[in-house]
Amino acid sequence: MALWIVLAVLIILGIWLMTSYNGLVSLKNQALNGWKQIDVQLKRRHDLIPNLVETVKGAMKFEQTTLTQVIEARNRAIAAQGIAEKAAEENVLSGALRQLFALVENYPNLKSNENVSKLQEELVSTENRIGFARQFYNDIATKFNIAQQVFPTNIIVGMFGFKPAELFEVSDASERETPKVDLNLK
Amino acid sequence: MNIYEQALNNRKGTWIIVGIFILFFLFVGVGFDFYFGLGSQVPIFTIVAFLFGAISSYASFRYGDKFILSSTHAKELDLNDPKQKQWQNVVEEMSIAAGIPLPKSYIIADDDPNAFATGPDPKNSSIVVTKGLLDTLNRDELQAVASHEMSHIRNFDIRLMLVLAVLVGAVALVSDWARRGLFRGSDRRSSRREGGGSAALIILVIWLVTVILAPILAQIMAMFVSRKREYLADASGAELTRNPLALASALEKIDSQAEPTRSINQGTAHLCICDPKGRAIGMKEGWSADLFATHPPIKKRIEALKQMAYVS
Repeated sequence: MALWIVLAVLIILGIWLMTSYNGLVSLKNQALNGWKQIDVQLKRRHDLIPNLVETVKGAMKFEQTTLTQVIEARNRAIAAQGIAEKAAEENVLSGALRQLFALVENYPNLKSNENVSKLQEELVSTENRIGFARQFYNDIATKFNIAQQVFPTNIIVGMFGFKPAELFEVSDASERETPKVDLNLK
Repeated sequence: MNIYEQALNNRKGTWIIVGIFILFFLFVGVGFDFYFGLGSQVPIFTIVAFLFGAISSYASFRYGDKFILSSTHAKELDLNDPKQKQWQNVVEEMSIAAGIPLPKSYIIADDDPNAFATGPDPKNSSIVVTKGLLDTLNRDELQAVASHEMSHIRNFDIRLMLVLAVLVGAVALVSDWARRGLFRGSDRRSSRREGGGSAALIILVIWLVTVILAPILAQIMAMFVSRKREYLADASGAELTRNPLALASALEKIDSQAEPTRSINQGTAHLCICDPKGRAIGMKEGWSADLFATHPPIKKRIEALKQMAYVS
């Protein structure tokens, strides 16, 4: 009789271990996948920037510092390693781009240029995609972290070597506001 | 109720609805065999009705979206047009936010603003907009509309609606046939089953009433199912964009265009973001309007969205 009880407890424990472990693995992979999505969008932005600079360079001779800032911010963002550093560098890049678009407003011939408005739409869209991908990743990563911290799963987390996922966070207060770029491309 | 529970409910609901419809077809078939069977022992009408129900359910699931797309003359987007490119971008953004595969985008050359999503599951979904919607709304509002449609896709509303759309049509068809067959065959019945007793007569009456009322009941059911889903799609759409006011102002703009969307017919109405019949229904409140409207009154939806943004 006692043997059966021990056996039953062991089986229940085994099932619990299996489901908790599988749940954590699934969340971890979803988080990794979400992170990849951010990476894809960041790369898209990096690829668009040289085009943009090339297009506006001629008309914006007197804004050389801003243009250089954008290029430098881009190069630093590409070189960044790890989630926290990437988040910080991408932040700087967003700021530089915002400044550039604010300046474009001063150049009527640029504003009416079809190529510029196309690039502007693409960059705005990329910015949004980064934002939404970040939102999606952070939601999943938070779920993953909570799953690791709740009782009783927290007992086995160390056993299997799960680590909390880093959130892609925005440190700069200005970044929390929606960028105010005129988007009416009508 | 959150979106994952809703998705589960919708998958179950689809089966329940298919079940109800197949039972209805069986019912019609059995009645036919009982009263004017061809004299043989094979319940031919029952078999035909069952097959018709099963095949139309399967076809609605498999080909319904293609049928709807071609019946509304939806075309693929022209990405050289800046406004259409912007719409494509917005759809891509929202598919990232919702974490679902990118739906295919289509456009209808209609000046009235409207949009709908269709398809059997999120992997094979399509989003359709009218040209009027792209012309009327700004980028934020387009994003809000895309997020609303994306929610319908993500929680499997589109599957339920698709099956419902085709089956409501099928019920109307079958009921029509049954009625016609009944009146044509009535003289044969009376000669064959003289004095069948009052019980048989009562059953006949019940059967007849069911057959006649079925299309109306099916329609009411479709409307009911669709209306309940609009609030949830509004809310979870706003959760994706974190901007409920953009959806509120999009709805306001769509509502202010009095024109009905001509290219979208009755069968597709319950898929749309706003009732394509125009504002006449959207304005009405009260039970009769509630019963037949595919959408809740737009004012109530706008109010709910504003409450989400704490500005009501």
